[in-house]
Parts: sequence; structure tokens; C-alpha cells
Amino acid sequence: METAPKPGKDVPPKKDKLQTKRKKPRRYWEEETVPTTAGASPGPPRNKKNRELRPQRPKNAHILKKSRISKKPQVPKKPREWKNPESQSGLSGAQDPFPGPAPVPVEVVQKFCRIDKSRKLPHSKAKTRSRLEVAEAEEEETSIKAARSELLLAEEPGFLEGEDGEDTAKICQADIVEAVDIASAAKHFDLNLRQFGPYRLNYSRTGRHLAFGGRRGHVAALDWVTKKLMCEINVMEAVRDIRFLHSEALLAVAQNRWLHIYDNQGIELHCIRRCDRVTRLEFLPFHFLLATASETGFLTYLDVSVGKIVAALNARAGRLDVMSQNPYNAVIHLGHSNGTVSLWSPAMKEPLAKILCHRGGVRAVAVDSTGTYMATSGLDHQLKIFDLRGTYQPLSTRTLPHGAGHLAFSQRGLLVAGMGDVVNIWAGQGKASPPSLEQPYLTHRLSGPVHGLQFCPFEDVLGVGHTGGITSMLVPGASEPNFDGLESNPYRSRKQRQEWEVKALLEKVPAELICLDPRALAEVDVISLEQGKKEQIERLGYDPQAKAPFQPKPKQKGRSSTASLVKRKRKVMDEEHRDKVRQSLQQQHHKEAKAKPTGARPSALDRFVR
Amino acid sequence: MTANRLAESLLALSQQEELADLPKDYLLSESEDEGDNDGERKHQKLLEAISSLDGKNRRKLAERSEASLKVSEFSVSSEGSGEKLVLADLLEPVKTSSSLATVKKQLSRVKSKKTVELPLNKEEIERIHREVAFNKTAQVLSKWDPVVLKNRQAEQLVFPLEKEEPAIAPIEHVLSGWKARTPLEQEIFNLLHKNKQPVTDPLLTPVEKASLRAMSLEEAKMRRAELQRARALQSYYEAKARREKKIKSKKYHKVVKKGKAKKALKEFEQLRKVNPAAALEELEKIEKARMMERMSLKHQNSGKWAKSKAIMAKYDLEARQAMQEQLSKNKELTQKLQVASESEEEEGGTEDVEELLVPDVVNEVQMNADGPNPWMLRSCTSDTKEAATQEDPEQLPELAAHEVSASGAEERPVAEEEILLREFEERQSLRKRSELNQDAEPASSQETKDSSSQEVLSELRALSQKLKEKHQSRKQKASSEGTVPQVQREEPAPEEEEPLLLQRPERVQTLEELEELGKEDCFQNKELPRPLLEGQQSERTPNNRPDAPKEKKEKEQLINLQNFLTTQSPSVRSLAVPTIIEELEDEEERNHRQMIKEAFAGDDVIRDFLKEKREAVEASKPKDVDLTLPGWGEWGGVGLKPSAKKRRQFLIKAPEGPPRKDKNLPNVIISEKRNIHAAAHQVQVLPYPFTHHRQFERTIQTPIGSTWNTQRAFQKLTTPKVVTKPGHIIKPIKAEDVGYQSSSRSDLPVIQRNPKRITTRHNKEEKL
Repeated sequence: METAPKPGKDVPPKKDKLQTKRKKPRRYWEEETVPTTAGASPGPPRNKKNRELRPQRPKNAHILKKSRISKKPQVPKKPREWKNPESQSGLSGAQDPFPGPAPVPVEVVQKFCRIDKSRKLPHSKAKTRSRLEVAEAEEEETSIKAARSELLLAEEPGFLEGEDGEDTAKICQADIVEAVDIASAAKHFDLNLRQFGPYRLNYSRTGRHLAFGGRRGHVAALDWVTKKLMCEINVMEAVRDIRFLHSEALLAVAQNRWLHIYDNQGIELHCIRRCDRVTRLEFLPFHFLLATASETGFLTYLDVSVGKIVAALNARAGRLDVMSQNPYNAVIHLGHSNGTVSLWSPAMKEPLAKILCHRGGVRAVAVDSTGTYMATSGLDHQLKIFDLRGTYQPLSTRTLPHGAGHLAFSQRGLLVAGMGDVVNIWAGQGKASPPSLEQPYLTHRLSGPVHGLQFCPFEDVLGVGHTGGITSMLVPGASEPNFDGLESNPYRSRKQRQEWEVKALLEKVPAELICLDPRALAEVDVISLEQGKKEQIERLGYDPQAKAPFQPKPKQKGRSSTASLVKRKRKVMDEEHRDKVRQSLQQQHHKEAKAKPTGARPSALDRFVR
Repeated sequence: MTANRLAESLLALSQQEELADLPKDYLLSESEDEGDNDGERKHQKLLEAISSLDGKNRRKLAERSEASLKVSEFSVSSEGSGEKLVLADLLEPVKTSSSLATVKKQLSRVKSKKTVELPLNKEEIERIHREVAFNKTAQVLSKWDPVVLKNRQAEQLVFPLEKEEPAIAPIEHVLSGWKARTPLEQEIFNLLHKNKQPVTDPLLTPVEKASLRAMSLEEAKMRRAELQRARALQSYYEAKARREKKIKSKKYHKVVKKGKAKKALKEFEQLRKVNPAAALEELEKIEKARMMERMSLKHQNSGKWAKSKAIMAKYDLEARQAMQEQLSKNKELTQKLQVASESEEEEGGTEDVEELLVPDVVNEVQMNADGPNPWMLRSCTSDTKEAATQEDPEQLPELAAHEVSASGAEERPVAEEEILLREFEERQSLRKRSELNQDAEPASSQETKDSSSQEVLSELRALSQKLKEKHQSRKQKASSEGTVPQVQREEPAPEEEEPLLLQRPERVQTLEELEELGKEDCFQNKELPRPLLEGQQSERTPNNRPDAPKEKKEKEQLINLQNFLTTQSPSVRSLAVPTIIEELEDEEERNHRQMIKEAFAGDDVIRDFLKEKREAVEASKPKDVDLTLPGWGEWGGVGLKPSAKKRRQFLIKAPEGPPRKDKNLPNVIISEKRNIHAAAHQVQVLPYPFTHHRQFERTIQTPIGSTWNTQRAFQKLTTPKVVTKPGHIIKPIKAEDVGYQSSSRSDLPVIQRNPKRITTRHNKEEKL
């Protein structure tokens, strides 16, 4: 669901953003005279290769943009009624050169519209119709308002652009770091932690904090932007996975036996023994659920706000070690060794859906932020992208030389795959398009095999955990440039965080509402409705909503004789009957028409089909 | 009568036996009386009849004799007298006295007056009152309907309704008790004084006052009155004109028109005498009217009216006259001095020309054909007959020959052919005629005839050939309806075969490719070929056949699935191939296991999945209920099963549910189970105005939370329906509040509080 963009109220400007990817917000005090910010100086001469990072937009770009928008088809709006053109001119006598409300591009408005107008409505009474009209008018108004406020999303995503014929995948991290400003360059770093084995890592929801856990017990959390260490401990036990809970203050660590929860000082708060031998962790932020997949084959949902286990589901598929969440509808995707991916909700004892994806076992699963695409990789060395919108069919398939062990989607739909000690990143055409697997967007070789991957939210950074430690690499255009200051603010203070926490707890979504279609709540429970209706009819002995049988109107001048009444009744009845017959005939025709094209003539070779 | 009463009382006692007797008594007693009476009456009538025989209408005088039976003690009988007794007659003494006249009058008046009707009983009166009161109240209340509707549909209602207008005290009042103290204030006041601006009391500046004084009151009044008068006159005139225009009488309009015309003529005459130049202009106008008339054909009996009159003219004198009138008018209007003789000549000439122009050739041709043909007879004229007869003997045999040949060629002459033939004949005869004309020698006619006949024959032959062809083609068409589909059916077959043939090399190619691929990945080539082949097969076979057995379908599905899983996917070309460095031992082991798995994985994955899916489908299907009782109505025991008929009889088939969502998705199992927990949060009852759940869903699809909306939109979406101002008394709605004129009687609150009083008041109103 699209949420209306909201400006953070007291957000300090992001000074340390990647300059390659977005334009700096223009201040009123700096005029055209200021072309100098570190990264703004286009293409420093030290560029050895013929490569071009996308230069910053010129300062007056927004003016151009405005003019472009006004050319687009606009939302039909009532012309502003001016009773008196003279009255329009103010004291100065000057007239408004752009009368009426500012135009809004239709596509943007469309993005915020939720009413599905494609579904036909049955004929409705006047009263109902007025209600519907009101609802539609409201929707349009609110979506226009939301579209208007898109203006406040000042930041734009950037990306790497090769000169004609140049492959962006050949650009290595060092080149990027050289080209970008210092602040952004500081976001690329390597932590050499060879001692405690392959690392898993996790960014907090705001993208400000990073937690990582080594196989051999090393757990640490830090503010990775400032490189300030929050805690560093060794749990003296194998660490299988690590995850932040709703805020950076709490940390869940899947250890060899049980699940432990630490705070940001490294103090152990809880040891949850009901979740044992956990292999993977996922946190559903809006439901406050920590989903754990265990070696024993159980998927357990733990409500971290009340500390209760909501559901423990047996997947009946052996060891579970592939898990990811669908951020769109909070459904958990589990990959199994028989090549299937199953979709789970805590409200159902059985999977919502099962998809056969690979011939071998599934090695990694990832779902993009819009919940439209799922990427899977299996033991058959294939990487597939599935459409999750009802069809569950693969959109594109590629065979990788060694198969991908880890997959992750970025906020803007970039797909990363970790194959051995190499990470490949693929990009799509736009935000809502699947990543095209034709050519990698970026590649990077690490010092050890990959063990954990995650894109940092709101930063163009990819965190990779491997045997040699942690690598933070720059991926231009990976994440959302505009953040919601009230929802996940990287710059929030402690007070703000506390405030947000209370609000988030108040808005917690019940766990049982998780289902494939998150908008199901806006639908009527038809089965209960029908049942209720039936019961009511049984109780009353008649149907109160039934259409009253036709009663001919009394007429004057002797035309209301019994015979004529009966005749009129008969007429109406016959008409209804004819309608029914016509409809059923049409349906039959439909069926036949449908059946005909499918019924291709049998081939003589069919007999050989086994 | 007594007997009657007696009978009634006895009836009330309801004693059967006596009841049976009594009527007899009653009848008896009456019949005695009547018997006497009848005899008397008959006698009387007879006497009367005899007396009236002499022709004189004697006045019958009521004779009175003491012995007569007419006198009864109960009533005054007027029998026999022949006239009715009036009440006043009783008063009449032997000698009429004037004093009694008044009494008589009074008596008659009393009689003429009708009796006063009984007052209705109380309930009915009340009902009527209630009805009237209800109607009145309903009428009064109905004016509130729009207000109520508006308030119901309003997005927000703000109470209290009457808005307190902020009392704006005029500045003068504020200023009256105020004096400038600070230097700034004083300065300002000084400025105001200088510019003669009002400071304290006056509302107008001196300039404004002067302008007001510019026109005196009387003057203004007069002017206004004048204007008023002018306006009134204009309106009168307009009204008059409108009225006159509305008059429907034709006669009136005719008279008016005539009057106008006369007037115009008179004026014209006068003008000619007085001012010839102006008269000339008038003349020009008339000329113009003539031109217009000639252009427009207005009076030429072509209009709707004229046509209707033309129909009537035969029988109706008036209509005829009207038509003539119109025509005369047309003539009159279009008249211009013309030379009469010229036109006559012209007419004669045209006739001649017409005669000349008539192509006798054409007519003559038609005469050639057989007599009885009405088509040919139709347009023949007497003029051409003679010429035709001359040529007839020549042409007839020819034609007969043609006809014979034609009929020989065509077994079934159709109308079309006939027409064609006729055309041909016409053409031919035309030509012949022209030839004849050219030659103009009857002697050489033989030769020409021969040559022409040869020509004709050849032409005919060609034509008949054409006709035959046509026939054949028609036949073909008829037959082709049967054959064409066959052909079409046959056609696709080779087409279908073609792709198969084409496919062959391709498949080989793919296999080759596969082998190449297999060289790269040593473990893949072992398992891939077979499924691939199968995949190809599945491609070849049509994917879904409606009437194919289910098992086959499943097989196909399986094949599809394999196809889907084993499709060739291009391998990614990546720059960095992962180097396999020495890994941890367990990882290596895992890799090994993977390889083994990959080697042996394959069909069983798919088979397992399909099996699972089948089970899921079976589980979700509604179950049939079997109600058979073994041994009931037939032999039972070990090894004996209830008969098939019985089983069929007692098997209740479950209705088939909706199709599964994953029906067409071979690689997916979608659970059909309902999420009860989520359903508990959903709406389960439709609110009032909605009749279908989809309608209601539309109204709740837009989220109203602040998470999804801008602040403004959120506030708008969540505005309360009713807003009340704290600390204000909310009074009931009044007529003034909604713009109605205040009528204290029809106030809503009063009505609600005391309906009874209202009714009485309404009654009062009625009286008023």
C-alpha cells in the first residue's frame, strides 16, 4: 500500500548522502553561485577509465521538471470560479499568471487510488449511489492531495550509467569510492574479522545501525555511519542468525540451542527456550512478530510486544534454513529441500500456498519490497524470478555457474545474489519492474564466501557478511532516497524513538490478519454474510430482502378487471422467465465458446503420449 | 295489521308449530277482505268504462255514501276519487276563507322542507376531524422534507444552528467617548480634519452629502413617476400585441390583413400624388415581392395545405375556391407584362418536338414481342404502331428462332436470364432498325437480315454460354456449402503436421546443445535428456483437451510441469566467477551431498508435488454422503454388497464447489481454507442502504488513517458528523433558520410537543 509521503518534521538535512545518487536540496540562501559541494564537481580528472557517474542535476532542474509535469495529462479539476477577474488582482493590481490550483499529474494520482473500479457493481438504488459517489469523490480528493504532497519528496535516486558500450559491472568499488564525496566514500568499508568465522548481518529498520554475528559466537552492534560501537560480546556459542527487533535497542540472536535477546549494551534480556535450534530469524515490524525457523522443522511466531508465542507451525518438510519475509503482506516464505517454497501465515496451520520452484532444493529466497516478485535460487544452479500476483509463474530464469547461496532485494528492486565469494547485483528498468537478469549491474569479489546479505535501507549501501568479516559496498540507486520522518527516521533522537515506539505499539496489527491479500480487511466476509442471511430467513420464516412479487397497479375505467390483472401479472412473470432463460442460454454459449478453442483436434501422435 | 304484529311477536317467540299455522290465518283474514274489495273495485271500473263510452270527459266526483267501504277507521281512503288527497284539503272548509291561506302556505312550506339529517355519530366525526387534521399537518410538515434530507446527507452539522453575527458597532459609537491623547493619534486626527473626513458622528463626507443634495426630492420623484408610466404603457402595449397574436380566428386575421393591404394601397395612391419618388420606391418593393414569390413558389399548390385542399377540391366547393384563390394570388404576384402570342406558339412547338422526340424505335421493339406480354404492352403508343406493323413480318420468324435456340440452350430459364435475353433482343432490334434506316432499301433487306441473323446467333451463343457458366457456378456454390468445410477441415491437417516436421531438427539442436552444456556441468547431462524429450512431446501435444480423460490430463500436467522446470535458461555471463578456495570441511561435504542430490533429483520431486496437489484437491472437495444401509430391502451378510442401484439411490452428491484458484497453475498449491481469524475482523453485516457487498466494499476501500493520507486529507476524512459548540444552548430548528418565513403556528417543536392542540387549532383555521 502506498503511503502518503510525509516530510520529517525536524529532520536534519542528510549531509552525508551519496552525492552520486541524488540532488542536494537547494537552500534559499545559496543561489546559482554555489556549484561547489564535494561531489557536485562533475567528473574529476582522476577518472582513468571512460566512465561517468551520473553528474548532479543542474540547479534549475526542478523548474524543468515543473514544466514537464504541466504538459502531462492533468486531473480534470473544476475551473476555479472567479466571479470577478478584477477581484483576483490584489492590491498591486497584478493578476495571478497561474490561476486555479496547481495541476497534478494523473499517473501520480492513480498511484494513490485504491478503489478498484474494474469490478462491476450491481445496480444500486439512488441512496446507495449517492454514498458511492461520495466515497469516490473522497478518494479522488485524498489521492490528489497525496499526489500534491509528493512535491515534498525532494530527493531523487541516482544510478551508475556507463558510457555507450561500457559495462557498469566492470566498475569496481574503488572507482566508485574515488568518484564520490568523502561522506559517501566513508560508507564503503571492510571489517576484517577472520577469527570468528562467517558472519550474518542485519541493518535496523532506519538503516542507521548494523548488527552482525559470527558463526563462532562473535556478536556486535554498531552505528555504522559514525562507526560507533554499541556493544561487542562473545556469546560462547554458535550464532546462526541475528536480527534487530522493532528498534535498534533490542537484538535477537539465534544461538546454537536457544533464541536469546540482547539489548544494545549487550546485556542478555531473554532466553527463549521454546524456540530452540533456530536457524533463521525474520522480524515483522508492523505486527511485532519475530518469526523463527528451526532445525526441527517448526516455524514459530513470537510476539515481542507481549512476549508470547503466537503460533508454532510444523512445516513438515524437515530442516528449515531458508526463510524470508514478504514486506508487502508479512507472509513468511520458506524454502524446502524438495524444491518448493511455502508461504505461511500465523493464522493458518497449513501453508497459504506452495510453489514448486526448483528441481533440487531451494537455497535462497527473497521477496521485493512491493511484494510483487520473488527471487529463488536452488541446487539446480538456477535463479528464478517469480510473479507473486496470483500466478506464481517464473518471469525470468537464469542458470548461474555455481548457483546463488544468498539473495536479497533492495528497496528499489535491485537484486543481489551471493555466489561463493562473488556478489552480483541486477537492476530493473524502473521501480516496479523485475530485475532483468541479462547483465549484472555491479559485481564485487570478496575475501571469502558470502554468508549474509542485506541492503541498507535509505542508504545506497549493501552489507555483505562473509568468512573474512563484513564488507559494506556502495550500490548507487539501491534504496529509497526519501524516508518517512515519522516512520523510520535515521536521524531520530532518543525521545523521538520512544515516541515512535509508543505509536507503533498502538498501531500494532494483529497477527491473525496476515494473509496473502493485505487488503482483505477492506472486504466483506461474504460467507458469514450469506450464512447470517440464511439464518435470518430461517428465523423469520420469510426473506425480508426478497423482491416483492409483482402487484399490478389498480387502473381506472374498468381496466382493472380480474382478468386483466392476471394478464398483467402473467406478462411480467413471463418476461422474468424469459430473462432467466436468456441468461442461462448465454452462459451455455459462453461455455461452449470457451470449450471450443481449447478443444484442438487430436493429433495422430497423441497415442504415443504416455 | 294486528295479525301481522301478532305474527311478528310470535315469530320472536319462535314457536315452530304456531308459525306454521299463523300465516294461514293471516292469509285467510286478508283474502276475505280483499275478495270483497276486489269485487267492488271491478264493479266501479266497469261503471267508469261505461260512462266514459259516451265520449265526454266527465269530471269524476267523489261520491260519498255512508255505506261505502271506502271509509275506514284507520285511514282516509281516497279510493275511487282518482286524485290524491292533499293535506291542505283537510283544512278547506266548504267555503274558502282567506284567513286560512296563510296557514296553507305554511303547511306547504313545511312539506317542501327536507328533514334535517341525523348528526353523525361521535366516532365518525372524530375520524373525519383526525383525517383533516392529519392532512393539514402533513402538508405543513412536508415543507421540512428537503431540510431533513439535506441535513441527513450533510457531511457535517454544526450546532447551534443560528449563527451569532458578531455585532459590529459602528465606528462612530466607538469613537464617541474617545479622545485623541497620544501625539500620534492627534496627528492622525489632524490629518482627518484636514481632509474633511468624518471623525466622530457623521456617516458621510461633505462631498458625498453634496452629491446627495444635487437632485431635489420632488424632481427625483417626478422623474421616477415618468419612468414608471412609460414602463407601464410599454407593458400594456406588449400585452395587447401578445393577446392579438394569440387569436386563432382565421377570419379575423384575414380581415386584418385585408384592412392592412387596403390601407397600404391607399397610402400608395396618396404617395403617388404627393411624392412620386417615394412611390417609386414602393413600386420597387412590390417588384421585389414578385421576385420573391417567383423564387419561393409559395402559392403554387405545392404546400401541405394546398395538397390537402387539392384532395378535397373535387367534392368541396370552398376548397376549390380556396385553391383558385391561391393560384390567382400567385398569378397576381408573379404577373408581369408578357406577350401572350409568343407563349402560345411555344406551346405548340413543344408538342411537336415531343412528338418528334418520342423514340418510336423503342416502342416498336416492344411491340415485336408476343402480344400478351404486359411489360411490353405497357409503354407502347399509338403513334409507333404503324411503323411496327410494317416491320413485324420480317422480325418475327427470327425472334422465334432465337427463342427456340435460347430455350434449347437453357433448360430452366430463370427470370434473370429472361431479362438478359430481352435486353439482348432490344439491342439487336435497335441495331436492326438503324441498319434499316441506313439502307432504306427494302430490296437489300434479305442480305442484311442474313448477316444480322448470323451476328445475332453468335451473340446468342456467347450469351447462352455465359448463362450456363452462371448456372454451373450457382450449382457449385450450392454444393460447396457441403464441400468447403470438408476442405477446410482437411487443410489444417497439413499445417499441423508441418510444425512437427519443422520441430525435428530443432529438437536435435537442443539435444546437441544439451550435450554441450553437459560437458560443462558433468552431473547435469545424466538426468536432463529424458525430461527434455518429454517436454518436447508435451509441446507437440495440444495442451488441454476438454473431453480427454482425467488421467491423461494429469499426465499432461505432469509433463507440463517437467517442461516448466526443465526449460533451458541461458546461463549468466558474469565477470567474476567465484573461486572455490579451500572451504571448511563440512561445507565441502555439503557440496558433495548437493551434487548427489542434484544427480538423483528430478522426476520424484515433481511426482511428489503432483501427488501432494492431488491429495490437497481431494481433501478440499466436498464429500458425497452415502446413506445406503446394507441388508435393507435385500439380502445382506458377509461378502454381499448393496446393489449398485441402491447405492446410486442413496448417494447424496455434494454440490460442486467453485473452481480452485490453482486449477490452471500446475506448479502451485493454493490453500482453499478460509482464514477464520482474519474473517473475525471483517465486516459481516451489510449496513443499511447497501444491497450488495461489493457496493459497501467500495466505500471502505480508501484508508482514512493518517498513515496513508496527508494531514489535511486525514482531518477531512475524520471530521465528526456533528459539531456542537460548548456552552451554547442547542435550540430546536426553526423555520427562520432554514430560510422559511416565520409562521409561529407551523413550528416543528410545538407540533411534536402537543399534537392535540394542533388539531384544535387547525379546526379553528378551518372555520376561519
